[in-house]
Amino acid sequence: MAIDAATVRKVAHLARIKTPEDRLEPLAKELNGILAWIEQLDEVDIDGVEPMTSNVAQPMRLRDDVVTDGGKVEAVLSNAPRSADGFFVVPKVVE
Amino acid sequence: MSDLTKLTLKAALDGLKARDFSSEEITRAFVANIDAANPTLNAFVVQTTDKALEMARASDARLAKGEGGALEGAPLGIKDLFCTQGVQTTAGSNMLRGFVPPYESTVTSNLWADGAVMLGKLNMDEFAMGSSNETSAFGPVKNAWKSKTSNAELTPGGSSGGSASAVAGDLCLAATASDTGGSIRQPAAFTGTVGIKPTYGRASRFGMVAFASSLDQAGPITKTVEDAAILLRSMCSFDPKDATSLDIQTPDWTQSLGKSVKGLRIGVPAEYVVDGMPAEIQALWDQGIAWLKAAGCEIVPISLPHTKYALPAYYIIAPAEASSNLARYDGMRFGHRAEGTTSLTDLYETSRAEGFGKEVQRRLTIGAYVLSAGFYDAYYVRALKVRRRIAEDFDNVWDKVDAIVTPSTPSAAFALGDKQIDPLQMYLNDIFTVTANLAGLPGISVPAGLDSGGLPLGLQVIGKALDEATVFQVASALEDAAGFVAKPEKWW
Repeated sequence: MAIDAATVRKVAHLARIKTPEDRLEPLAKELNGILAWIEQLDEVDIDGVEPMTSNVAQPMRLRDDVVTDGGKVEAVLSNAPRSADGFFVVPKVVE
Repeated sequence: MSDLTKLTLKAALDGLKARDFSSEEITRAFVANIDAANPTLNAFVVQTTDKALEMARASDARLAKGEGGALEGAPLGIKDLFCTQGVQTTAGSNMLRGFVPPYESTVTSNLWADGAVMLGKLNMDEFAMGSSNETSAFGPVKNAWKSKTSNAELTPGGSSGGSASAVAGDLCLAATASDTGGSIRQPAAFTGTVGIKPTYGRASRFGMVAFASSLDQAGPITKTVEDAAILLRSMCSFDPKDATSLDIQTPDWTQSLGKSVKGLRIGVPAEYVVDGMPAEIQALWDQGIAWLKAAGCEIVPISLPHTKYALPAYYIIAPAEASSNLARYDGMRFGHRAEGTTSLTDLYETSRAEGFGKEVQRRLTIGAYVLSAGFYDAYYVRALKVRRRIAEDFDNVWDKVDAIVTPSTPSAAFALGDKQIDPLQMYLNDIFTVTANLAGLPGISVPAGLDSGGLPLGLQVIGKALDEATVFQVASALEDAAGFVAKPEKWW
């Protein structure tokens, strides 16, 4: 499954990373190298094997559905690129 | 008085408790070392000297009253991946340059509750993605060690390169680190230090900048196995704020040290003999096996047949998880925001292109690809199934062996710049360490010898889940047998 420049453009967009046109070919080459190496996984017999998503066997803990924290507007906004009057300020996105 | 910065954590804690010296004295000694070394070694990205002295004086006041916690007055370095309230935390990325967390990670909270002193934040590969510290937005850390045969500046390994070089160079008593594919054990091996990744779930991930959440685990880098046992105990705790935190007691692992290993069964996996492995690494491994045999261990040849698939599976799973975790960096609520963009999509894409370095972008692209429609089953789900095969390999040997011994790395520290051309060459650094992450098992690297150029080499001990006790017991036996006392010659 070789990746070409068009695929890289599509995947870079999925990853929301702006990638200049002249980087597409070199990236395709790098990714193909890595994916060719990864494809040795096709040798493994995985019939009937459950995917392993976690090392932790315990069931997910549930907590009471109550408010445990809050009222920290300043802390929440303290690293915002821009904020005003207790809100995040973002560039206008709707014309 | 002798040089306080050369003490082990244990000796320093004893000295502080006996009030042979104050926390302020030892803290000032480390600050002086950092001031002198950091322009060259680049191990610290932030120094918190005023805060350190304030914490040290508070420790001295507690020690004067005969009070104090398990780490009272001990100056430590903190990997820049742990959120520290009021102190910049960047995970080595321009994306988070200037980010000042309004909260504290659980691991560091535990350290401060036990009386530790923070010297500053330690350099690392960007978002922990790297094996040489060269992906850091703050420039690479330099290894405190140099080869006798060359004047080249060497990598301290990665991603916890700042932690490893700082401990090796006596810039802190010990340091926190984190390990997703080998990021504690590989740098420890490259710097003649001890590094342990505990069982997944022992240390809370709350407040650790996320890379691959099913693999990330915190642990210490220290000068001795005993120091690792002391610091790891303080770092670990049950934490309701981490859904994968294990609700279990943290044992006192110092009880395992120096205990006879007679009768312990040590597995030696055939598959860890890899193509092109330097003779010196094989010789070190043979030596380690001989030491354990001489100490009364039973050596058991074992097979972990899926070992060779661990790295390729890792390079699907970790980028996939990273692409999901790092989706949060969108330039809106925190992190870098690009200026002068033309649309919402352009804002996202430009902010991320400007904020993330090359290796992070590469891995996020791989992650997006293996999770994309049409490839999800072929890559991601297949990798998760192979991951189970790897975990089963270990399950199948635990009735025959109590621990497994392997080399920590396929080579000694290499020169900065040496492996930057081909990402695959860099990825192979984790070949012996990554299996423990995929299976969630504890693994430690212990310095065990020097190569022909006088550079340190490490042996790894892998144990059963939650059986750090045996890992420490075997590591302590290796440490005793190796009698590793070499220190880097100060060149900085």
